[in-house]
Amino acid sequence: MDNIMLKQHLESLIPDATFPENKQILEILVSPDKLHGFCRELKSASALAFDYLISVTAVDWNDHLMMVYHLTSSRFHHLIVIKTRLESNDPEVSTVSDIWKTAEYHEREVFDLFGIRFLNHPDLRRLFLEDEYGFPLRKNFSDESRMIVR
Amino acid sequence: MGIKIKSMKYEDFKDNETLELLNKSGGNVLVSTIDNIINWGRSNSIWPLTFATSCCGIEMMATGAPRHDFARFGVEVYRASPRQADVIVVAGTIVHKMAPVLKRLYDQMPDPKYVIAMGACAISGGPFYYNSYSVVRGVDQVIPVDVYVPGCPPRPEALLYGIIQLQRKIKGEHYQTPGNRNSEPSDQQTL
Repeated sequence: MDNIMLKQHLESLIPDATFPENKQILEILVSPDKLHGFCRELKSASALAFDYLISVTAVDWNDHLMMVYHLTSSRFHHLIVIKTRLESNDPEVSTVSDIWKTAEYHEREVFDLFGIRFLNHPDLRRLFLEDEYGFPLRKNFSDESRMIVR
Repeated sequence: MGIKIKSMKYEDFKDNETLELLNKSGGNVLVSTIDNIINWGRSNSIWPLTFATSCCGIEMMATGAPRHDFARFGVEVYRASPRQADVIVVAGTIVHKMAPVLKRLYDQMPDPKYVIAMGACAISGGPFYYNSYSVVRGVDQVIPVDVYVPGCPPRPEALLYGIIQLQRKIKGEHYQTPGNRNSEPSDQQTL
């Protein structure tokens, strides 16, 4: 399935999603509360069969945070990017680890470095850092004892 | 009293006089003969620990591989256990999480033990010196370093040069106080 067909298919699945133009990979911007249901359908729809979550990460844009999911299908080999916009103070989004098990550790890492909380995650603990430590990949992060800022 | 390394021109080292100060045995014929024999053995069989934390490790492997082959200099084989290693080549970035592990590996090595800090990260933190919350700024904050090999990463020739410098350093040692970098040379006449 090429990107145009994929886009039509996805539009029918979730009508209020937006598709940013001129992207290398087909991109879908969904609202955080729709994300979980949408992801479940992406995996279960037989024509799409997005069974492989490549990566889960986040971007800090200062005024908001953006969750980024890369998905592919081991059967059809098509690729999409799902993004969802979160508020900087108190970011929360539903976990997708019940759909793709691999997200469990990815989300723990995102939680560790960005402080985004994943609702219904089975084991949301810090992955590398101490519990009291800040979230180092946030733009407003600072650690005066360990960093030399330039 | 020449400290000579086979197949390396002695003139090449003439600008670097500080290593000669490490010659600790001090002229006693018997002691310096024993030193020479022991140091000959030690300096020509410095086995490194299999330890590499980033891209410098690739270069270190290249140094061990047939083209450069540091087995020529007696750095015969990588040991997977610190109990069997003589030198730890810190090849790569050391983060705060890794530092206690590195310290433990160093402590587990039997004396005489040596450390080569390979590459910018191990020397000073390198490209991660600024704006990094996780990187240790130089491995000499954790363990004592004998030889610094600059580069990002250093060429295998540079690491070979560093190993040869370490051999020179070992050849100046007194056998009873090997690798002891902190005590004064006058304190070491204990025979």
